[in-house]
Amino acid sequence: MTDLSQGRSNVPQGGSQAPQTKTISGSKGLVFLEPLIFEMDHAGRTGVDLPDVEVSSDRLNGQRRTAPVGLPGLSEPQVVRHYTRLSQKNYGIDSGFYPLGSCTMKHNPRVNEKMARLPGLGDLHPMQPTSTTQGALELIDSLADWLKKLCGMPAVAMSPAAGAHGELCGMMAIKAAIDARGEGETRTRVLVPESAHGTNPATAAACGFSVDSIPANERGRVDLDAFKNKLGDDVAGIMLTNPNTCGLFENDIIKIADAIHEAGGYFYCDGANFNAIMGRVRPGDLGIDCMHLNLHKTFSTPHGGGGPGAGPVVLSEALAPFAPLPYVVHGDDGFDLIEHVSDSDAQPFGRLKGYHGQMGVFIRSLSFILSHGSDGLLQASSDAVLEANYLRAQLQDVMSVSFDGMCMHEVLFDDRFLKDTDVTTLDFAKAMIDEGFHPMTMYFPLVVHGALLMEPTESESKETLDLYIKTLRGLIDKTKSGDAPFFKNAPVLTPRRRLDETAAARKPVLRWTPPEED
Amino acid sequence: MRYLPLTDDDRTEMLSAIGAKSADDMYCDVPDNALLKAPIDLPSHTGEMEVEKIISAMAAKNLSPASAPCFLGAGAYRHHIPATVDHLVQRGEFLTAYTPYQPEVSQGTLQYLYEFQTQVAMLSGMDVANASMYDGATACAEAVLMAGRATRRNRAVLAGGLHPHYRKVTETSAHFLDIELVGPDSDPTHAALAASVTDLIDDKTSCVVVQTPDLFGRIIDLKPIAEAAHGVGALLIAVTTEVVSLGLLEAPGNQDADIFVGEGQSLGNALNYGGPYVGLFATRSKLVRQMPGRVAGQTQDVEGERGWVLTLSTREQHIRREKATSNICTNSGLCALAFTIHTSLLGEEGLNRLARINHAKACKLADLLADVNGVQVLNDSFFNEFTVKLSKTATDVVEKLAERGILGGVPVSRLLPDRDDLAHMMLVTATECTTDEDMDALVTALREVLS
Amino acid sequence: MSIKYTDDHEWISVDGDVATVGITDHALEQLGDLVFVEVPEAGRALTKGDEAAVVESVKAASEVYAPVTGEVVEGNSAIADDPAAVSGDPAGNGWFFKIKMSDASELDGLMDEDAYKAHIDA
Repeated sequence: MTDLSQGRSNVPQGGSQAPQTKTISGSKGLVFLEPLIFEMDHAGRTGVDLPDVEVSSDRLNGQRRTAPVGLPGLSEPQVVRHYTRLSQKNYGIDSGFYPLGSCTMKHNPRVNEKMARLPGLGDLHPMQPTSTTQGALELIDSLADWLKKLCGMPAVAMSPAAGAHGELCGMMAIKAAIDARGEGETRTRVLVPESAHGTNPATAAACGFSVDSIPANERGRVDLDAFKNKLGDDVAGIMLTNPNTCGLFENDIIKIADAIHEAGGYFYCDGANFNAIMGRVRPGDLGIDCMHLNLHKTFSTPHGGGGPGAGPVVLSEALAPFAPLPYVVHGDDGFDLIEHVSDSDAQPFGRLKGYHGQMGVFIRSLSFILSHGSDGLLQASSDAVLEANYLRAQLQDVMSVSFDGMCMHEVLFDDRFLKDTDVTTLDFAKAMIDEGFHPMTMYFPLVVHGALLMEPTESESKETLDLYIKTLRGLIDKTKSGDAPFFKNAPVLTPRRRLDETAAARKPVLRWTPPEED
Repeated sequence: MRYLPLTDDDRTEMLSAIGAKSADDMYCDVPDNALLKAPIDLPSHTGEMEVEKIISAMAAKNLSPASAPCFLGAGAYRHHIPATVDHLVQRGEFLTAYTPYQPEVSQGTLQYLYEFQTQVAMLSGMDVANASMYDGATACAEAVLMAGRATRRNRAVLAGGLHPHYRKVTETSAHFLDIELVGPDSDPTHAALAASVTDLIDDKTSCVVVQTPDLFGRIIDLKPIAEAAHGVGALLIAVTTEVVSLGLLEAPGNQDADIFVGEGQSLGNALNYGGPYVGLFATRSKLVRQMPGRVAGQTQDVEGERGWVLTLSTREQHIRREKATSNICTNSGLCALAFTIHTSLLGEEGLNRLARINHAKACKLADLLADVNGVQVLNDSFFNEFTVKLSKTATDVVEKLAERGILGGVPVSRLLPDRDDLAHMMLVTATECTTDEDMDALVTALREVLS
Repeated sequence: MSIKYTDDHEWISVDGDVATVGITDHALEQLGDLVFVEVPEAGRALTKGDEAAVVESVKAASEVYAPVTGEVVEGNSAIADDPAAVSGDPAGNGWFFKIKMSDASELDGLMDEDAYKAHIDA
């Protein structure tokens, strides 16, 4: 009988040697060493087939390019392989859990991608006559309607391109309202809690305001008395995040709203944490004047490695007249786009970006909202808060929870549990990476030392949370065993180990440069 | 519900673990009168098929440029994007990744950003570029703010050919920071372009902002303007809305520009009805610490292996807070990736050919239109977009063309409504997507509409 | 030569009417590895409390304020070229700038070494 197996065994032999760490090619199994595209250049290679057309320089005003751009030539298979390999070095929500506080890393549904690419939506030119884009304007209006109703607010500015951009929109509207009252020279101070994200004071400064910090009380909320003491005729408003950056609902928010209004100021609310209260609480009922929403957080549009997002801003009656251009209006004849001050009945404060807004992001969020519906959004926020409280309950005996009581959609810990271990919050986080978990938000908010802020969202299963809890508990045990070097060395299993950020900032190398010609 | 993994059993177990009787207990800190007692009056959840029906119905009400001859530009351009691009950007590890703050598990994102930055620097002829901004208009506004910081002056000159959206966005941020903006009116018939700008430069000027090709398609020689600006210690900010033009036209960096800003949408990104797009921002090395936005930098890990990290973050708001260089928090990552992939596929030769084809198509179209009674082509120079003067008002002509299923061009009055003297002018674009049949259709329709 | 401290973590070493200013070890510890330093140019007039210099680390950025009014005699270009050279030692090379004081009595309100130690321990 012939030996078909030719001496091959189906049971693995060997396996007792320690794994090699260096390979010949530099690639290690499925993690490939991939050079820069500029290092893969080869004259004569191309990834497109375009005709070679001659053009004269007659109509170029003498500005024909003389020096080459310097771009490398690659074929299509090389480009596909290059970017595929790059993607394989990335963690994403599709790969695993991101307990990042205030980021709301929830599942990005794929039907959203399909909808954004529909012919008649993804391929529309912004400058087509509006008679040819009635469906697009209807979509924007429909999303706007959902956002207004979810927030209990009468108006919404749709054009801001990101959360921070939405903050800018809200604060500019407030400044415009104050200027319209003739108080622009006097009301120049904005109150911001010390726990606020850095964008808040940066935004206030970008509008010409000065920033006055409000301390937190022992319960992690705005100190109401300290806040009231800071009120005065020169106050333009307050910027408050609710739920706040400690993951707590600001109990006194209605009192704060009343007080700021009585003092003649306006209430900007940072809506980054809207995922906690969606469908259950309407910010309009709390007395706010404006609030930005992060469509890429609460409404599932993809983070894309750092954008694009969108930051529409819901507005009160007092601020609605100042909403920026452009905006959609719905009349008897259909939908129209108001793009100029001369066409507006209101007093828009200006324009924040080119064209009409992040349409691609609108389509994705509307798709998500329609899928969930009113009942689903309520269940989602409820699950998000439940998941965070579950983490709190299951970890509070081994980690130092910063504030007692129920948290909202995120839970804040500080580094007291690492005292005397020589392991910092950063080291702990890096060890989590080797365990297949993206770290939580670290060192923010600044109101506690070595903050660890965790937000699971409603997209995680109980099994994932239980594995996460088990892993953290195991790592915490390890911190107590005195093995600090284990943490200082982490991560060791990732495509790259810890990188030298100091060197990167001291002598910035921000692009590839061709080697000097000899 | 398909996006929610928790079952009722899970919820019961978890509520018990946290010591709550119901979900309501978790909201004990919310003032009672603010808690909604019933779901908001909006439609309930629905399946994927139904969602597709609803949104498809909205899509069906629009005239797609894919099914009509389309000559629209004005800062957003219809180009053919290779199929590879969209497939790669939809890989979950790119699509669903967070900002690369944990570089050990984000080398994919960081490497492509570094490649993007290099491409933008190469295209613009500048030293360094950032990892992108929201769009060209906000990049332009940020450049003016940067020039103000770098020169410690607060007066900027904006050339007449600057896209009105870019001008308006710049005006909006300037207004709140007491920055003075001056500049001539937009006028496609105004010949002395450089002088209209250089005459306004003085020793209080922080920067001069010039778009080329400009709003009307005219190609501008930046060198004399750069000289005038530098003569008083001001910076030259060069703007482009059509990045493909850099495949044929001189780089702003080689014309002594100090800052380059632009719209990158043309490469890799669909028109998307105006957004999301990708702002390009590049500058000289000596100004890098004033540059806003995110930036990826090269470094080594503890084993000496090359890798990349986000760097120079101390300029950003989350650290500087009220002293930040801008309030920009994010870039346009996925759009930058699409740009990078498309540019990688094109390469030097491909981009060069693409640019030449665009210019050739526009030349052909301009010559055909010049033969139509009632159409006058105004440009001596253009890349792929030029301005025509019509014998009837442009908005009327465009509506009539739309009725005939043609997206004819952008009436200048769409962007500059208060200028009666420009009401007969229309911006017309041709790209590699424009066919001979498209051009014939436009010519025929115009002949009818203008007769 | 006497050394005084501000509550913004600067040290001032006085020799006649010229004060040398730097930042303390405590400040350096808070900042982490420095990546960028900007010092004032000679001849610049500073009022007490003005922003005189800038330090940046990877994770933080900070101003160094003028503890006294006067005219800058010299900014330390060595640390501007090499931020790693900054140290908290007033006798060492990590100083930021030297300033010719116009009003030495402004030093009176500043802390001595013991008071500063108590301040940072608080």
